[in-house]
Amino acid sequence: MTPELLITLIMIVPLIIAGGIGVAGKVPNIREAVTLIGAAILFGLVVMLVMQVAGGARPELVLGEAAPGLLFAFKVEPLGALFAVVASGLWIVNSFYSIGYMRGNRERNQTRFYICFAVAIFGAMGVAMAGNLFTLFVFYEILTLSTYPLVTHKGDAAAQRGGRIYLLTLLATSIGLFLAAIMWTWALAGNSLAFVDGGLLAGANISPAVASALLVLFAFGVGKAGLMPVHFWLPNAMVAPTPVSAFLHAVAVVKAGVFTILKISMYIFGADLLASTPAREFILWTACFTIIVASLVAMTKDNLKARLAYSTVAQLAYVTAGAMLANQAGFLGGGLQIAAHAAGKMTLFMCAGAIYVATGMTNISDMRGLGRKMPIVFIAFFVAALSIIGIPPLAGGWPKYELMQGAINGGEPFVLAVLIGSSLLNIIYLLPIPILALMPPPGTPEPKPFKRAGGAPFLTVAAPVFTASLCVVIFFFAGDIANFLAPAVSGGTATSIIGAQP
Amino acid sequence: MIDLILNLAPAWALEHAAPLLIMVPLVLAPILAVVPSGRIAWIMSIAATVGSLLLAIVLLGLVQTTPGNVLSYAVGGWRPPLGIELRVDSLNAMILLMISAIAVLASIFSWPTVNAEIPVRKRPLFYSAFLICFAGLAGVAITGDAFNLFVFLEISSISTYVLVALGAGRDRRALPAAFNYLIMGTIGATFYVIGVGFLFAATGTLNMAEMATMLPELSGNRSIHAGFAFIIVGLGLKAAMWPLHQWLPNAYAYSPSFVTMFLSATATKVALYALIRFLFTVFRPDFAFEQASFMFLLAPLAMAAMVICSFQACFQTDVRRVLAYSSVAQVGYMLLGVSIGTTIGLSAGLLHMFNHAMIKGALFMAVAGVVLTYQGTHVRDFAGLGRSAPWTMTGFAIAALSLIGVPLTAGFQSKLQLGYALFDHGWWWAVAVVVFSSILAVIYMGRILEAIFFQPPLNPRKHRKEAPILLLVPLWVLALANIYFGIAAGFPIGLARDAAAAAFGVEAFR
Amino acid sequence: MLEFVLERANYWAIIGLMMIGLYITFAAENMIKRLVGISVFQTSVCLFYITLGKVAGATAPILFGPDIEGHHGGGHAPATGDDAHGAGEHASTGLDAALTAAGATEPAELVNTYSNVLPHVLILTAIVVGVATLSVGLALIVRIRESYGTIEADEVREIDMQTATAQELEADKNLSEAGA
Repeated sequence: MTPELLITLIMIVPLIIAGGIGVAGKVPNIREAVTLIGAAILFGLVVMLVMQVAGGARPELVLGEAAPGLLFAFKVEPLGALFAVVASGLWIVNSFYSIGYMRGNRERNQTRFYICFAVAIFGAMGVAMAGNLFTLFVFYEILTLSTYPLVTHKGDAAAQRGGRIYLLTLLATSIGLFLAAIMWTWALAGNSLAFVDGGLLAGANISPAVASALLVLFAFGVGKAGLMPVHFWLPNAMVAPTPVSAFLHAVAVVKAGVFTILKISMYIFGADLLASTPAREFILWTACFTIIVASLVAMTKDNLKARLAYSTVAQLAYVTAGAMLANQAGFLGGGLQIAAHAAGKMTLFMCAGAIYVATGMTNISDMRGLGRKMPIVFIAFFVAALSIIGIPPLAGGWPKYELMQGAINGGEPFVLAVLIGSSLLNIIYLLPIPILALMPPPGTPEPKPFKRAGGAPFLTVAAPVFTASLCVVIFFFAGDIANFLAPAVSGGTATSIIGAQP
Repeated sequence: MIDLILNLAPAWALEHAAPLLIMVPLVLAPILAVVPSGRIAWIMSIAATVGSLLLAIVLLGLVQTTPGNVLSYAVGGWRPPLGIELRVDSLNAMILLMISAIAVLASIFSWPTVNAEIPVRKRPLFYSAFLICFAGLAGVAITGDAFNLFVFLEISSISTYVLVALGAGRDRRALPAAFNYLIMGTIGATFYVIGVGFLFAATGTLNMAEMATMLPELSGNRSIHAGFAFIIVGLGLKAAMWPLHQWLPNAYAYSPSFVTMFLSATATKVALYALIRFLFTVFRPDFAFEQASFMFLLAPLAMAAMVICSFQACFQTDVRRVLAYSSVAQVGYMLLGVSIGTTIGLSAGLLHMFNHAMIKGALFMAVAGVVLTYQGTHVRDFAGLGRSAPWTMTGFAIAALSLIGVPLTAGFQSKLQLGYALFDHGWWWAVAVVVFSSILAVIYMGRILEAIFFQPPLNPRKHRKEAPILLLVPLWVLALANIYFGIAAGFPIGLARDAAAAAFGVEAFR
Repeated sequence: MLEFVLERANYWAIIGLMMIGLYITFAAENMIKRLVGISVFQTSVCLFYITLGKVAGATAPILFGPDIEGHHGGGHAPATGDDAHGAGEHASTGLDAALTAAGATEPAELVNTYSNVLPHVLILTAIVVGVATLSVGLALIVRIRESYGTIEADEVREIDMQTATAQELEADKNLSEAGA
């Protein structure tokens, strides 16, 4: 298949799935089959595309002109391909899990739920493959709007409130700051928004003040990246059903945010302009501040999902920090973190969901000793937590290593300290959960019996186990991923960066 | 499409398209007044507006193919500087196309609402007044004579007062609203006439093109300055420029649904067109006094409208008033584009005018559907309608998203162009205001959308109560146009750019 | 100074009338009075135009004496001509001269001096517009009086406020009943 056809299919398949789900809405089994088969087909297509990208191809597809100079264009480069493969791959896992969760919980409006999921994947694919800022923005907003019904799925007052904050924050930042930054870029770059290797604005004559203002607009305008102080939509979105939370954190939404930041740093600013922009330091500090403060806040949360949410805010600020280091190792670390964190955080959320379906528990303090009853779930949780902390041989180790390398290369030693501190904090707020569950201190009362007869449904246990094993697998394939990303992070020149690699 | 109509049109239509466009509705109007049946009047008014639309397309085609891109028609054979000239260039061809297209959709959509809101024996008269109003608006857009513009402005305004007052059948507050509109509108028109008088005193001509050629020598003349001020205030009143918009919310809220829809999509737009015509064609943006007025008068007023009226919209409980205040705020966007004073800025303003006509047209049509089926326009009357009237409300939602400026809708395109024009001119602080106002739009439209789709209905209604098909079709035409022109905005942007170039008198701008 | 003032007596009168008219329109609560104000305002504009058209020492703009012979009745042609195009062409030279006189110089061909004809024609139209507006306004007042029983704007506002509050209360009551 030609790459153009592949891109077209990747964009069309999620929509067909959404339509198919809508048509088959009355028959749950067929509906779920449509989701799963569609997800598998999508993943297959993305993998085929990734193969071609790995072979050095940079397929492009121009759909048309929205307005003079504003193209609907797709262009696949390694970073986008990585994001696409992570999102579409985890969607399969997430779909299996959702089916177990939604049926286990007997949720209402399941058809709407799956349709919105498919549309959201459509948005994520568009973000991943966008060939210019305009296209990226369009799909970014599709992602926002299609996840709003997912967040408010429960429909009660709390869900509506959380959903309203979610939507308002994301729309306000994107229309308010991101769009303004896009328009400004358009004016500065002489009517172009294309992603250019080495940076669209690299050649333009831009004063440091303007570049700084633009960078700040981008960094806070991409609200999905969850940089403090625009992170608060994430904890509020915790009212959503667990598969949605997993999706928001691990698969698409926050990922799309940090991916956008990386993409802007690499292809709009370019390493050189970014390095000479004064505000870069400020955003870097903000990211470091976010890493530490979000970890501290996470420690105070007893609600498991809230703790994980703040953990996500902290972990994904790594990517922003990596982007702001403005060197190869930084970009590479950011890219790796997208993949590594996806596997780890996905596992954690799915474990939380499995516990909720089985017992109805949401608070960490209630879970002592629960590991005796649900050992597999908590072992998966333990593995994923280790990965998030960054202990080899688990996926989370490499991005941290690369980021530290980048911090040293970039002459920002304090980032090093922040990363180490963050790992320590991770240990403090994540590890006690599985350890206390699996090995409760003597005298702990027996945990309450299962709310649902038979405990967690099979699918909600199998899915986290699978992603936990992915954490291990990714560790051993990190070199390949790094090689895959190498042409992108080195600014288009095909220099080998294997020297700095495992 | 345009070529096809051009080829099919008979020779007399090509030659006399400009006057025919006004004459068709104007001649039909008195005939309608004596027609016995409302239904016949309705069909005839559709025929008249369709005829005008075809003629508007013919005019657009002719303008695009004529060398120089200007059509001049001497009414009654009296040659231009003396007689009344109908002058069509890319700017008013666009406006004519816009208002006649809206008029066609409006008259198709009118029947169910007129049926419900207007007493039987008044229906023919109602349609007669509508056609006069339309003819007046088209006349304002087409004439090249400053005084003739006043006459057409008043023709449309007086019939508008009557149309607004007809809302008294549903709510008597329509009467004082119409009276206030009459007072304010008359003051505006009279201010305009005073301004034209000053210009006439200085130049000795009423023909706009002639004035434009004479004004540069007189740019230091006091009476020119006075005339400029009077004209801005007068037309600003008609265009609901903040703070001269006080007549608008009540007039929109209490007039018959159909009138609200038609007026919101056309009346202020045409007044704004007249303002643009004076600001850019008759006067020149390079006159120092005009630069100053852009910078210190129009731009601040536009931004005040965008912020203050959006705020007011957030606190309204009646959906029609929300939309009315939002209209004033949107006029602010257009004025901001205009006040940049560059071709890019003007074309952004014109593009937003075009898009806003589609947006507000669709929104008010959907509201009319709710009035028809549920007799209420309070926000809480909309609760849960997403389930009982999904088609109507989806149309509403599309237009609402377009108003907010969500990507893939027409509203997004106009905001993008406006933002670009502002950055291009170095007015980045104005972008901040645009952005802030957009966020307010998210709030005031989001409130209604949330009621529609996420709140349980007030009184659980068993039946699906969709708006009638005659209402749904035009509504969806506009809603889909919002999406189409959001994805492929080449056509309106091309029109707006040509129009801006024509307003400036620049031919080589593309 | 006095000369400056007196020479422009017309304009002072116009400005005075204009201000009076506008003031009445805004200050009066009685709707009839507001219409009166609007009419005064509009009339002052009519006077303004007529003043503009006045040429010092000129007579009413009707051709007479030698001018008729000199122009072969050119001024009348358009009025009688059936073929508008032909008549327009034919008459254009004479009319051009006559009408360009409106703003600036006296045409050489005419023996007598005439005032500018154009403002008179314009004001004729403006008067018609004014009358139409006035009649619509009066008709509206009749309807307001029928449905409100008053023509005082402040009382109408008061009644509207009361109705709105009552409606609001009723809606709230319905709401609470539905809730119960």
